[in-house]
Amino acid sequence: MIMAAGGNGQYDCIVVGGGHNGLVCATYLARSGRSVLVLEAAERLGGAAVTREFAPGFRVSACAHLLHLMPAPLMRELGLAGHGLKLAAQALPTVALSADGAHLRLAPGDLSDLAQHSPADATAYAQWQALAQRLTAALHPVLAEPPPRLGTGSWRQRAALLRLGWQIRRLGRRDMRELLRIGGMCVQDLLDERFESGLLKGALALDAVLGSNLGPRSPGTVLSLLYRIAAAGGAEGLAQPQGGLGALSEALARAAGAAGAQMRTRAAVERIVVRQDRASGVVLASGEELAARVVISSADPKTTLLGLLGSEYLDAGFVRRVAQLRTRGLAAKLHLALEALPQFRGLTPAALRGRLLVAPSPDYIERAFNHAKYGEFSAAPMLEITVPTLADPALAPPGKQVLSVIVQYAPYALAAGWQGQRQRFTDLVIDTLAGFAPDLRRCVASAELLTPPDIEREFRISGGHWHHAELALDQFFMVRPVPGAAQYQAPVPGLFLCGAGCHPGGGVMGLAGRNAARQVMREAA
Amino acid sequence: MLTASEPHYHQPLLKTPFHERARAASQLDSFVAWSGYSTVDVFTSVEQEYFAIRNASSLYDLTPMVKYRIAGADALRFLNRLVTRDLSKTGPGRVAYAVWCNDEGRLIDDGTVFCMAHNEYRVCTAERQLDWLSASAIGFDVEIAEVTEEVAALAVQGPTSCALLRALGLAGVERLKPFELGQFALPGAARPAPARIEMMVSRTGFTGDLGYELWMRPADAEGVWDALMEEGRSRAIRPVGSRALNIARIEAGFLLPNLDFVSAAHTLRVGTERSPLELGLAWLVDFNKGHFTGRRALLEEQRRGPTRQLVGLDIEGNKPAHNALLYADRSGRKPVGSVTSATWSPTCKRNLALAMLDAPYIALGSTVWAEIYLNRELVWERRMARARVVERPFYAPQRRRATPPADF
Repeated sequence: MIMAAGGNGQYDCIVVGGGHNGLVCATYLARSGRSVLVLEAAERLGGAAVTREFAPGFRVSACAHLLHLMPAPLMRELGLAGHGLKLAAQALPTVALSADGAHLRLAPGDLSDLAQHSPADATAYAQWQALAQRLTAALHPVLAEPPPRLGTGSWRQRAALLRLGWQIRRLGRRDMRELLRIGGMCVQDLLDERFESGLLKGALALDAVLGSNLGPRSPGTVLSLLYRIAAAGGAEGLAQPQGGLGALSEALARAAGAAGAQMRTRAAVERIVVRQDRASGVVLASGEELAARVVISSADPKTTLLGLLGSEYLDAGFVRRVAQLRTRGLAAKLHLALEALPQFRGLTPAALRGRLLVAPSPDYIERAFNHAKYGEFSAAPMLEITVPTLADPALAPPGKQVLSVIVQYAPYALAAGWQGQRQRFTDLVIDTLAGFAPDLRRCVASAELLTPPDIEREFRISGGHWHHAELALDQFFMVRPVPGAAQYQAPVPGLFLCGAGCHPGGGVMGLAGRNAARQVMREAA
Repeated sequence: MLTASEPHYHQPLLKTPFHERARAASQLDSFVAWSGYSTVDVFTSVEQEYFAIRNASSLYDLTPMVKYRIAGADALRFLNRLVTRDLSKTGPGRVAYAVWCNDEGRLIDDGTVFCMAHNEYRVCTAERQLDWLSASAIGFDVEIAEVTEEVAALAVQGPTSCALLRALGLAGVERLKPFELGQFALPGAARPAPARIEMMVSRTGFTGDLGYELWMRPADAEGVWDALMEEGRSRAIRPVGSRALNIARIEAGFLLPNLDFVSAAHTLRVGTERSPLELGLAWLVDFNKGHFTGRRALLEEQRRGPTRQLVGLDIEGNKPAHNALLYADRSGRKPVGSVTSATWSPTCKRNLALAMLDAPYIALGSTVWAEIYLNRELVWERRMARARVVERPFYAPQRRRATPPADF
């Protein structure tokens, strides 16, 4: 069923940006019977969740390289398997690399390697996992709902707050106390309380700070760790889509198309049209104007509100809050085209199928973070590595491999400027990797570095931040992205937000898109 | 100026460029702080000064008014998004009174906007506004600079003010209409100092009477003061302080920040900030001009209807109802508001007040009761006085608008 725009050439909904949140939002809106048009500036859909060629014959997921945050119920609702999404690998293990070759392997349901490193940690880790399961079971519904709004006096909002309180109270006295105790803590304190193995603590600290301007000693990092676990509904499973993250976007696009949404690529939105204090459509870079009853933007809040819309349609205090959003990314991506699989000391080739971490201790990460505070990149960076070609050989020419690395910390505003530092940084990451795989350098055919400014440029994300806006307590839940727009609704009637800058945030999760669609259905019937 | 070696509590008040002249003219040496400057609240007697405003000519030093220069390709767009009224009609050579609000539609400040040239403005405000102006400038091509210390300002108000300025050689000043501004020169021959003095003159003021405001370089300030005092002698000119001015502005129905409203940028208690609709400034709110900060909140407030409003009161008796609480009836059981400014009006011969009243008592003609405390030779008495809601301004002489004004 393909629904054209209404009789007067007006769509019910125009979704700005065909990233995963935009596509998820479009699917739900189209399923509700609305005519929906998705406009994507790039030549294909997917936003930052795309698989693209970075060297002749070598393809890789451009930003996120693993799928682990999108809740299974959401994927089922969207029917992604039916729309062609296949997983090349799932339930991937994590290997915390150690300079001495005594790596720590953590696989779902298998703590045997941890028990060899530290029997005490094996017990403590199982206890932590059980606690985290219980806590995040209470927190997951918070992520899957539009946040309530304070001070409106509306019964629905009060009921939502009561539900939240009840979910936490239902944890029971001990767990609730523990949640309140650790909720604002830094993850290092939590890890030091519970564990002794540096590798285990380093691996968990990485999960707590990946993609954010935080180190293990930053307050709020326990929350970001719980958030990561809660997003996937408590059962975090690392998966690799066949064909990279771009294959997920293709399945999402097919789901949207099947629901009746129309999608246009190479259709960059220049501005959002406001008439009579109402968003009434968009103007494309080509000058073409498209009318809609509701405009929903999956672009980041600064791009949407200050760029596409413009301050003149907004109140000054609100504009100041948007301008003050912390949106500078500090995760870089390095892609290596490899002639052959390098030998990692102490790892079998099969072990390379998992997620490899260079984060041997919280101190290592904190030291790496220190540089970022002063506008420098880490001298010894924290790395999350995958070799996607092991499970999905089609990503590279026969016999060749792709290595994909998320590198922290690579600040957006490098004091020395990224121009002139790119090669140094690339070499630094390769040298760090070569510390574990001495023959790596000989295998490298070519390399591509994406710094936060590159990500900003290529994917039109202001600041190049994964989450569009830093995920921290002051930009979380009821105040995300800013008070006055935290229920997916911009102050201008008819304009909604559905991107990672909204609750519950980014990563390839899709909940922001679904929550926004619900809000649109509720508010713009 | 504050130096690093001085503790903050020794911070001196700034002196305006008229300070030496004001000190010489002052019998009482009664200076008060105003926006970081030391200014006169009364020179000799409040009554004499008040009658200079209404019956002759008065000089008032308004240099401490905070002044901003706002210029750039988006200056008009910026200002129209800042203030609640439509400034697109205020072209070069025009002045407009305007107010601006926060996102919640609560008043931050009022002020006058002078259009000096296309996309070049001077905004005069009661309080410093750089923080809010800077926030409002996000997304606009506009430069904002405070020029308070670069401009000396003197108000010349009263029925003989136009004649006085003409006599001083400000050719054509009589053609200025209310809320117009122009560039004028004080010829050198009119005063002891040799050179001509260039200045901007606007037909504006805070008295509700015929009057002008003179804007000049600080170096020229004393020369202008001397020329006005010399030429004005035959027209009974007087320097006036803020207390006399306060009587005139209440008669004229003008609001004073921190008396009639507290800026939403400064209020601490919930519910004490005020909207322009509540302050009776609905005529300054243009919902049809496009978006401005606070528009959506004000539309919603307008839809809900007023819960309270600033009104003018005519109170029986002759005892000013300073700070009086207002009640629904004489019993004083049901409070319905309070007086914000009060005075006995020597010209109207009426006991006047501005008051914030709850709906439904805000309608013209409705009656409330003011609780007035009287000190009779140190014996305090409480009096309930009938107060009627009447039209503002209380006093609006024809001459304030007449162009050209009458010659004296």
